[in-house]
Amino acid sequence: MTDQGDRWTAEQVLDLAPDDASRKAGGRLGGAGPWLQTGGSASGSVWGLCKGSGSKPYRTVVDLTGPAYKCSCPSRKFPCKHALGLLLLWSAEGVGEPDEAPEWASQWLADRAAKAARPPGGRAAPVDEEGARKRAERRAARIGAGVTELEQRLADLLRGGLAGQEQAGYAGWEETAARMVDAQAPGLAGRVRELGTIPSCGPGWPARMLEEAALLHLLDRAWLGVAGLPEELAATVRGRVGLPASGEGEAVRDRWLVLAQYDTVSPDGRLTTRRIWLRGLAGGRPALVLDFGPPGRPPGLALPVGLVLEAEMRFRPGSAGLRADLGERFAAAVPCAEVPAGVSTGAALEAYGAALLRDPWLESWPVVLGPVVPIPGELGWQLADAEGTSALPVPLTGGASRSRGGLWQLAALSGGGPVTVFGECGHRGFTPLAAWQPDSTEPVALS
Amino acid sequence: MDKGDEGYGDWEELVAAALLGTERRRGGGPAGSPEALLDAAAVHAVRRRAGLRPAEAGPRPEPAPRDPRPVPPEAAGRRLAQLLAGRSGPVNGGGRRGTAPDLTELLPQWLAAAGRYGYRAPAALVPALLDAARARTDLRPQALALAGTRGLWLARMNPDWRFALRGGSGGAGELPAVTDPEAVERLWQEGLFAERVVLLGAVRAHEAAAAPRLLATTWATERAEDRLMFLDSLRVGLSAQDEPFLEAALGDRSRNVRATAAELLSALPASALAGRMAERALACVGPEGVTPPAECDAGMLRDGVVKRPPAGRGERAWWLGQLVEAAPLSCWRERFGGLGPAEIVALPVAEGDGWTEELHAAWCRAAVRQRDAPWSRALLGPASAPPAAGPGTASLAERAKLLETLPHAERAEWVAEFIRAHGLSEAFQLLGVCGVPWAETLGRAVVDALDTARDAGSYPWSFSGVMGLAERCLDPAEAGRLEALTTAAEDLPDAAPGAAAYWAEAFQRLVSTLRLRAAMLAELTPA
Repeated sequence: MTDQGDRWTAEQVLDLAPDDASRKAGGRLGGAGPWLQTGGSASGSVWGLCKGSGSKPYRTVVDLTGPAYKCSCPSRKFPCKHALGLLLLWSAEGVGEPDEAPEWASQWLADRAAKAARPPGGRAAPVDEEGARKRAERRAARIGAGVTELEQRLADLLRGGLAGQEQAGYAGWEETAARMVDAQAPGLAGRVRELGTIPSCGPGWPARMLEEAALLHLLDRAWLGVAGLPEELAATVRGRVGLPASGEGEAVRDRWLVLAQYDTVSPDGRLTTRRIWLRGLAGGRPALVLDFGPPGRPPGLALPVGLVLEAEMRFRPGSAGLRADLGERFAAAVPCAEVPAGVSTGAALEAYGAALLRDPWLESWPVVLGPVVPIPGELGWQLADAEGTSALPVPLTGGASRSRGGLWQLAALSGGGPVTVFGECGHRGFTPLAAWQPDSTEPVALS
Repeated sequence: MDKGDEGYGDWEELVAAALLGTERRRGGGPAGSPEALLDAAAVHAVRRRAGLRPAEAGPRPEPAPRDPRPVPPEAAGRRLAQLLAGRSGPVNGGGRRGTAPDLTELLPQWLAAAGRYGYRAPAALVPALLDAARARTDLRPQALALAGTRGLWLARMNPDWRFALRGGSGGAGELPAVTDPEAVERLWQEGLFAERVVLLGAVRAHEAAAAPRLLATTWATERAEDRLMFLDSLRVGLSAQDEPFLEAALGDRSRNVRATAAELLSALPASALAGRMAERALACVGPEGVTPPAECDAGMLRDGVVKRPPAGRGERAWWLGQLVEAAPLSCWRERFGGLGPAEIVALPVAEGDGWTEELHAAWCRAAVRQRDAPWSRALLGPASAPPAAGPGTASLAERAKLLETLPHAERAEWVAEFIRAHGLSEAFQLLGVCGVPWAETLGRAVVDALDTARDAGSYPWSFSGVMGLAERCLDPAEAGRLEALTTAAEDLPDAAPGAAAYWAEAFQRLVSTLRLRAAMLAELTPA
C-alpha cells in the first residue's frame, strides 16, 4: 500500500484547492465513506468512484505527476472537490492496493502519457519573419512615445513639487496609466498606478514617492537607450516595460523544491496572480513560476509546498534570472527529505543587493534564512540572527506583506528558538512564506 | 534597516527639493532640473537598496518552556489541521446536508481523545487551536490543554489570546502555588474575576475549608453579581466544609445570593438548613396526607423560601413545593414507616387532596439537587410506560435531569427502552444526557427506530436532531451494520415523494461520519 510514491500531506493537497469552499467540500470527501473501488498505480496515479446524490457515482482520476485531474462531475472548479477528496483519502493511506487502472481511468491516463511523450512545439508553422519584425517595430515606437510622455509627466511632477500630491488625488495618475496601456506598456501602467497610491499611504510618503518616481524614470531612460544595453539587462528592461519575453530560455534540470505558493488579486479583482517559488536542490538556484487566472477562476497550475519535482525549468532571459516556466517533468513529485541551508540576515541583504545589479527594479529576492529567531512586536516583527545582533524587519504593509496569521504560526514553530525560514527579502524587509520546524524536513506553508 | 547613513546624507535634501518642486528652487544644488533631480534620486534609490544592512535586533522573546509531551502521530496531526481549517465551515442550509460529514462536530471528539493520550499540539497548529478556543468556549479547556505551554507562551504575546491566560488550563506557572499564602492573597486581591474564580477552585481543591476563609476576607466588598458567581462556583465539589459560610450568606443583602446559598445548603443533606427544612416538610407530608404550610414565617424566609408565588400558583402549594424540594430525601423513609422511594412514590397519600403532582414535582427537584439515584429511579418509573403515566413527571427536560443522576449504563438502558416503546420523536433531550459513545443497546435502539421511521415513509429531516446526535455519539463500530441501510430503495407506496433517496443519503452521511470518527481515533493511537 505504498507504491503510489510518497504521500503528500493533507495541507499539500488542500493547497491545490481553487477556493475555500472547495477546500471544505474536499475535506468532507476525504473519508472512506463515499468512495468505492479506489486504487492507484505504481507510476503515480490514483482513482476512485465517489458516491454523490445521483444514482451514478462520479469517476475521479488524478495523475500525481502533474498533478492533473479528471472527474465526471459537472463542477467547473478545478480541481473539483472529488479530486481533492480522493487525494486526501490517498494522503491518509486510505486508497486501495496498487493495481491495473480500470478502463475508465486508464484511457485518460494513457492519453496523458502519449501527450507527454510528444516533443514540444511539434508544429513548425512557417514564420513570417518580416511581418513579425514590422509588428515589433510598431510596438516599440508606440512604447517609445508612451515613455516620452511619461517622462514629461514625471518632470512636471518634480517641477511643481510632491507637496501638492496629497490633494491632487489619484485620478490624474489613473489617466496616465491608461495612456501607458494604450502605448502597449502594461509594465509602466502598473508602476504608474502604484505611484498614484503612495500619497495616501501614510507618513514618509514623499520619500517613497520620490524613490518610486526615480525608479520609473530610470526605467524610462533605460528603455530609450535599450539598444545600447547588454543583452541580459536589455531583456530585463523589456520585461519590466511589459513586453513578452522573446527567445528560448535557459533550461536547467534539477530536483526543484516547492517553497511557497500564494495568490494575489489585482486591485480591480480581474486577475489572480499565483506566485510559486522553487529552489533547485542540487544547484541552489531559485525560480519563480507565475500563473494567472481570469476573473472568478483560479490559476491552473498548483504545486504543493514541500514537494520536490524532478523537472526541467526554462528560465526566461532578464529579471535577474528568476522567472521560469516549468518544462518537462521526469518523475512524480515526492516530499522533500532535507532542509535547505539558511543564510544570515546580512547575507540575505547582500543577495538582494547583488540581484539589483542585474535588475535594479527588483522588489525582493528569495532567500532561505536561518537560523533566525522571530521577534513579535507591537510595532512590527523582526527576524533576528540566532547569533549576534542583526535582524530584518517584517513588512506589515505593502503588496508583498502577508497576513499576520502566518507570523503567529512562525512564532509558534519557533517557540522563541531558532528556525529556518524561506521568504522574500527586499528593501521593505523580509516577508516569511514558509518555515521548518526544528526537527522536521517538511516545510510549513505560512498562511 | 539603516537608511540615509554615511555617503547618502543628501537624500533628505533631495526629498526636500522634490517636495518643494524645482520651479521654486532654481539654481541650487545638484538637482537643478527635474530630470537631474530624478537622476540623482534614482542613483540614491538603487544604492540605498543595494547597500541595505540589517537592523539592530530587538529583545528576543523568552524561549517557550519545553513541553515534554509527545506530538500526535503524523496522520492525526494532519487530521487536526483539517478539522481546524473546516471549523467555521457552514453546513449547507436547510434540512438536506448531502452525504458529507460535519467536521465541526468532530473537533471536540478529536481534542478529547488526544487529551486522553496526553499529546501536545503540533507547534504549527497552536495558533489555529487558540483561535478555535477563542471562538468556541466549549472547546476551551481541551484546546488549551493540548496547546500547553506553547499556547500560553503565544497568548502572552497576542492580546487576542489573552483569554488563555485566565482560562485555568492547568496553570503552567500562571497560578501561584496554593501553599504560598502571600501569592494567593495578592492574586485574590488584584486578579481579574476569572483568575480569582480559578484560584478559588485551586485553593478549594487543596483544602476545602481554606476557600470559604479566602472568600470571607473580601466578601463584604464584593459586588452582588460577583458574590453570586463565587457562590455558584462552590456548586462543584460542595461539601460540609462550606456550610458555615453558606449559612452566613443566608443573611446576605442580595436576594439572589440568599436564594443560592439556601439552594446549596439544601443540597447538603446533613446541613442545619436541610434539617430545618426537613422538620417543616415532615410536618406537612405524611402517610395520613398532605397539609401545606399555612403561612410563610420569618424562619422560612431566612432559609430561602420565596414568599410570593408566580402568577397562577396558589400560595400554600408554592410554599409546600419549596419545603419538600429543600428537605433531604432521606427523611421520608422513617416518616412513611420504612418504605423505599418507589413505594413512597406509589402511595396514593396525597391524591384525595389533589397534591400528588405538586409533591412529586418537588421530589423530582430534590432528587436532582441531591443527586439521589434511588429516588430518581423511582420517580422516572419504567421507561416503557407512557410518559404521561410516569410517577414523577411528564416533562422530558426534568426526566433528562433525573436520568443524569443515574450511572451511565443504566441511563443508556432506560433511554433505549424508552425509544423502543415510544420512538424517537421525544427522545432527543434524553439522548443528550447519555454517555458517548452510546452503549451498544442504545445505539441499536436508535438505529432501529430510524429504520422504522424510514419504513413509515417520513422525511429524514424530521429526525435531523437525532441524526446529528447519532453522528457524534454512535459507536463507530456500528458503521458496518448501518451500511445495509445506505442503499437507496424504491419509495414505498405510502411514503413521501423522494423520501427513500433522502434516507439513503442521510444514512450514507451517518456511515461516512462514523468511518471518519473511527479513522480519526485509530490515527490517534500511538504508533
